[in-house]
Amino acid sequence: MQKRSIVPIVYILFLLLPIYWLVAMSFKTTNEILAGFSLFPQTFTLENYATIFTDPSWYWGYINSILYVSINTVISVCVALPAAYAFSRYRFLGDKQLFFWLLTNRMAPAAVFALPFFQLYSAVGLFDTHLAVALAHCLFNIPLAVWILEGFMGGVPKELDETAFVDGYSFPRFFATIFVPAIKAGVGVAAFFCFMFSWVELLLAKTLTAVDAKPIAATMTKTASSAGYELGLLAAAGTLTIIPGAIVIYFVRNYIAKGFAMGRV
Amino acid sequence: MKTVNHKGWYFVAPVLVLVAFNALIPMMTVVNYSVQETFGDNVFFWEGLTWFEQILRSDRFHAALGRQFMFTALILLIEVPLGIAIALSMPRKGFWVPVCLVTMALPMLIPWNVVGAMWNIFTLPDIGLLGYFLNHTLGINYDMTQDPVAAWVTIITMDVWHWTSLVVLLSYAGLVSIPDAYYQAAKIDGASNWAVFRFIQLPKMKNVLTIAILLRFMDSFNIYTEPFVLTGGGPGNSTTLLSIDLVKIALGQFDLGPAAAMSLIYFAITLLVSWLFYTLMTKDDQN
Repeated sequence: MQKRSIVPIVYILFLLLPIYWLVAMSFKTTNEILAGFSLFPQTFTLENYATIFTDPSWYWGYINSILYVSINTVISVCVALPAAYAFSRYRFLGDKQLFFWLLTNRMAPAAVFALPFFQLYSAVGLFDTHLAVALAHCLFNIPLAVWILEGFMGGVPKELDETAFVDGYSFPRFFATIFVPAIKAGVGVAAFFCFMFSWVELLLAKTLTAVDAKPIAATMTKTASSAGYELGLLAAAGTLTIIPGAIVIYFVRNYIAKGFAMGRV
Repeated sequence: MKTVNHKGWYFVAPVLVLVAFNALIPMMTVVNYSVQETFGDNVFFWEGLTWFEQILRSDRFHAALGRQFMFTALILLIEVPLGIAIALSMPRKGFWVPVCLVTMALPMLIPWNVVGAMWNIFTLPDIGLLGYFLNHTLGINYDMTQDPVAAWVTIITMDVWHWTSLVVLLSYAGLVSIPDAYYQAAKIDGASNWAVFRFIQLPKMKNVLTIAILLRFMDSFNIYTEPFVLTGGGPGNSTTLLSIDLVKIALGQFDLGPAAAMSLIYFAITLLVSWLFYTLMTKDDQN
C-alpha cells in the first residue's frame, strides 16, 4: 500500500457515506428513523421494498424511466453518428458555427424551457408519452453525443475510409460494417453519457408527463408528500434509482478511461 | 486535412431537425413572452423592452446573480484542483482501477432530486448521519434550515460530492494517455515531481480539463433541482440561486413576461462566459 493511495481511499469513503446512509435508512421502518439516531438498522425490514415492488404506481415509475431513457439513448447515438462523421471528416459551409450552436443548447437553463416545452409537446399531441421525454432530452444529449463521437472519430485515420472505398465498399456498408465497429468504444462512452444525463434529469421529464409516462423520480416527490413523510419508503425508492446507473457503468468501466484518452476530446 | 464537402449538411440534417425542434420553438416562445404582458386568457399586450430594463435594474436579480457567481466560482475552485489531485494519486493499472472508476462515477448516476433528498436526510440534525455527528459528537451547532452559512457549506459539499468525479474521470483519461517514455525522459533529466506535473501531465490534461471546466461551469450555473430539494432556496433567500429565483417568478408568481426576459438575460450570460472561456482555453491551439 503506497502513501498516495490514501487520497482516493478517503475520497471514495466520502462518496460512499451518504449512499450508505440512504441504503441503511431503506431497511429501517419509518418509526425507527423518526425515533432517533441509529448507525445500523435495529429492526431490519424489507417492507419498504415490498411496497415498491407490489404497488403498480411505484414500479411503473421505474419502467417508464427506463423506457424513455433507452429510447433517448438510441435516438441520440443514431443521429449523432453521421453528424459526428461529417464534423470529423468534411469541411462544409457553417460547420464551426453549427458545432458551437449545438453546444450552446447545453447552456440553456432547463428551468427556462419547462413551460414552452409543455406547450410544444401538448400542441403536437405527445404530452405524457415516453417519446416526448425521449425527444426533449435530445436537446442536451445529442450535442454531447456529437461532441464525444467526433473526438473518437478524429482518432481513426482517414486512410481507413479511403481504403474501404477503393475496395469497392458503398458508403452505408462501409459506415455500418467498418467504421462504427472501429469506434465502438466511443459509441459505448456516448451511450453511457446519454443514459446518464437522461436518467438523472427530472425537471423536463416531470413537466412532460402526467400519469402514463411518469418517471420514478417524480413518483417519489408526489408519494412522499401525499403519504406524509415516509422516509423509509423514500430511501428505498432512492436506493433503487442508483442500481440501473451502477449496472451501466459496470459495463462501460473499461471504455471510460480508454475512451476519453483516444479521442481528441 | 479535411476535404471540403458541402454534402456534410445531409449528415447533420437529422441532428439539426431534432435539436432545432427542441431549441428554436421553445426559445421563440420565450422571446415572445419576454416582450409582452398577459393577464391570462391568452390575451397579450406589447411591452417592448420594459421587462428587460426592469430585470436588469432589479436588486433581486443582482443578488441572485451574485449568489450564482459565488456558487459557481466556489465549486470550480474546489472541484478542479481536488479532481486533478485525486486523478494523480489513482492507480494506473490493476484490479483497483475499475473499482475506483465505478465507485467514483456512482454519485453522477443518481437522479438529481434523489441527490437532494439524500443530502437532506444525511444532514438532518437529530437523525441524519452527518447532522448527528456534528451536533452530538462534535458539539457544533449545525442546522442548515436556520443558519445561512451552514446551508451554503451544505450545498457546496453536496456539489463537490456529486460532481468532483467528473473532473477526476476526465483528468484520469488524460493522464493514462501519456506514454511511459515521457516519464522515463523526465527521470533521466532529474525532473522534480512538480516539473513532471507542470510540463508533462498538465499540458496533456489540458484538452480534457477544458471540457471538464466548461461542463462544470454550464451545469453549475444552471443548477436547479439539487439545491431546490435540499434547501428550497432558504433560509430566507440565502441559497436562492438564479434558476431557483427564475422558477419562483415563472411558476410561483406566474409573471411570464419578466421570467422570460430574465431567462434570456441568464442564457446570454452563460453563453458569453462559456464563449470567453472556450476561446481562451483553445487560443494556443490555433497559434
